[in-house]
Amino acid sequence: MSAIILFLAVIATIVGWWLSQQRLTAKPWLEEGPIDDFPGTGAMTSPAAKIGLGVFLAVAGCLFTLFISAYSMRMNMADWRALPVPKLLWFNTGVLVLSSVALQWAYLAARRNDIDGVMLGLLAGGAAAVTFLVGQLLVWQQLIVAGYFVASNPANSFFYLLTAVHGLHLMGGLAALGKTTARVWRSTEVTEVQLSVELCTIYWHFLLLVWLVLLGLLTGWTDNFVDICRRLLS
Amino acid sequence: MVDIPYDAIAGVPPAEVPDVELYHPRSWWTRYVFSQDAKVIAVQYALTASAIGLVALVLSWMMRLQLGFPGTFSFIDPNQYLQFITMHGMIMVIYLLTALFLGGFGNYLIPLMVGARDMVFPYVNMLSYWVYLLAVLVLASTFFVPGGPTGAGWTLYPPQAILSGTPGQDWGIILMMASLILFIIGFTMGGLNYVVTTLQARARGMTLMRLPLTVWGIFTATVMALLAFPALFVASVMMLFDRALGTSFFMPSLVEMGTLSKYGGGSPLLFQHLFWFFGHPEVYIVALPAFGIVSDLISTHARKNIFGYRMMVWAIVAIGALSFVVWAHHMYVSGMYPYFGFFFATTTLIIAIPTAIKVYNWVLTLWRGDIHLTVPMLFALAFIITFVNGGLTGLFLGNVVVDVPLSDTMFVVAHFHMVMGVAPILVVLGAIYHWYPKVTGRMLNDPLGKFHFWVTFLGAYMIFFPMHYLGLLGVPRRYYELGEAAFIPPSAHSLNAFISVVALTVGFAQMVFLFNLAWSLFKGKLAGGNPWRATTLEWQTPETPPGHGNWGKDLPVVYRWAYDYSVPGAKEDFIPQNQPPATPSARGALP
Repeated sequence: MSAIILFLAVIATIVGWWLSQQRLTAKPWLEEGPIDDFPGTGAMTSPAAKIGLGVFLAVAGCLFTLFISAYSMRMNMADWRALPVPKLLWFNTGVLVLSSVALQWAYLAARRNDIDGVMLGLLAGGAAAVTFLVGQLLVWQQLIVAGYFVASNPANSFFYLLTAVHGLHLMGGLAALGKTTARVWRSTEVTEVQLSVELCTIYWHFLLLVWLVLLGLLTGWTDNFVDICRRLLS
Repeated sequence: MVDIPYDAIAGVPPAEVPDVELYHPRSWWTRYVFSQDAKVIAVQYALTASAIGLVALVLSWMMRLQLGFPGTFSFIDPNQYLQFITMHGMIMVIYLLTALFLGGFGNYLIPLMVGARDMVFPYVNMLSYWVYLLAVLVLASTFFVPGGPTGAGWTLYPPQAILSGTPGQDWGIILMMASLILFIIGFTMGGLNYVVTTLQARARGMTLMRLPLTVWGIFTATVMALLAFPALFVASVMMLFDRALGTSFFMPSLVEMGTLSKYGGGSPLLFQHLFWFFGHPEVYIVALPAFGIVSDLISTHARKNIFGYRMMVWAIVAIGALSFVVWAHHMYVSGMYPYFGFFFATTTLIIAIPTAIKVYNWVLTLWRGDIHLTVPMLFALAFIITFVNGGLTGLFLGNVVVDVPLSDTMFVVAHFHMVMGVAPILVVLGAIYHWYPKVTGRMLNDPLGKFHFWVTFLGAYMIFFPMHYLGLLGVPRRYYELGEAAFIPPSAHSLNAFISVVALTVGFAQMVFLFNLAWSLFKGKLAGGNPWRATTLEWQTPETPPGHGNWGKDLPVVYRWAYDYSVPGAKEDFIPQNQPPATPSARGALP
């Protein structure tokens, strides 16, 4: 459970830092009257959707970290047999990186007020994300053909489970991306859609980050790192 | 989405929000059924939670009938008994208490108390309720599937939860997992609303330190729930894989009904870690809203400012943080690494400090207050006593050496019912008596309320106090029948019968309460806008019940904290939060 404790420590640090800006040592019973004397202590000024996305990503991060915690506890049992990493996984990773780059491109285009660039970026990002999903399905197929079934070893079970959860997370993102693309299609002003494009971009970068961490875990790259952390913590 | 445009220079929301920003219902269906108004969603949440809670109440009567009079009722067999305890626990903890405090009170009170027109994502908020309803329906459907609901105990520990021999092994356990997953998805949608609304949609002047403690409690509990429920989600998904796909995340090698099962190598302990990583914060997810609400009830009905407001806020935050590092105190007898027990016993005792601070502050708020023994106040006072009682036995069970002999006895059942069953329910009831006039515009009947209070309060003690004694005798929990055990004297059996009779009586008192709710809706005394003469914003709405958009044309502006009761020199014994100061020189009162 050390992964999740570490994750929560990061969240707690962020929350603690924010709370420290909120004058929690004020004596409200003495502060009758002033409403604007302490800028920054009122309601947050960012759009609700952006704060909402931040909170949601913290929840999603928590979910993935818990899976990672479970993974790192289960992999120490005697019956764990790591499965070979299909080469296709590297191609998929490249495609997901491209998807994230395309979304970043769309976001920058939105800031430049270039609506065609936004459209191009969104479509390219979406297409790359769909390619990634198809690629992941092919990876599953290759593993099944090679005899690595979901129940035959816990390493396999985790592989299917984690890639499935990440895939679902991506599909949720694709729904939002589709909606944003439709809005861009209809609108003429970039300012109307700038926030949506920005939120999609943040979501995509998060997706990529989660995938890179999962990839490190599933391919065993991070084993040494996990080992070091475990020794440090115990 | 109800996004409020900001004054970029001052960094504060303007006093007026254009009407176009609000969602408007256009038909009866979108006004009362598929409504996006947080107040309607709150009532929907509360009614659904109460309905499924009644099912859990009836299940508890069944259990008590069996325990009090074993062998008398042929319609309760051992399997059903296990199913009853499982469903009773799961429904009460998750589908009733969590949903009622956060979905019910959270939805109703957050926008009103922070001075917002609605939640920030009304559509997602509506979805949250419908997914919750679906989760409840899936859960309820398990009573009708082949094999019935799961009888694995509310903790659903593998391996027994998915092995043959445990009731509900066919469909019950699968649907239970599905229902939990749905609940968590629905809750996350609602939780995003509660958190972001508190962060982003507060009225002008409503700093964090001017928030009523109710909002602090619900807000912190929601943040905790958003971070803790994923653990249950992960555990449920992995268990579903084990049950449906034959994986071995949690399942060790074992012989099932004489044959070697397909499972092997899994770790039941891993499930327990995940379950309690959710399960312990869950206790505080239920308790923190109760703490917040009870603070407001006590302050309002004692006509006195809350004692140590800052300390109360810090304690809520500290409890929220600490509750994530105590989970393994539920696992002292699980066979985990023994030194963990030492660590978790220490953190468990540390969390008692902020909790005790809160109790002292409630008592000091009462001290020399102008205590009005209204029904909400009676419930609030009862909560303090009950919470202290339940908390003290928590100190017993938090220590490894005391916990080991008491594990799996009735002492544990008595402890957690006192601390997270009876105590939060007393707050829920008190809160309903307190806010019913705002929700419906009418007062609940007072004599019926007092009857309801005394039967519930005294009854709860007659049920759960003797149960501690039974636990100390060694009477185990979850047993269908005690049989002839040498260490269980005949008096224990008569005590069980006594508890059962009282439990049925307390159950009857809840019917009186339901009658009161229905009767007062039409015949109750008209309440007016602020019957308790309270300071917080929800009592200052232009209409009662509050209309669509809550505030009429102008949003409220907040000039003071939520506890200006009996201020020396003031004309009235309360000053609403949105009342401007009498003289501008009050600004000089800054520290």
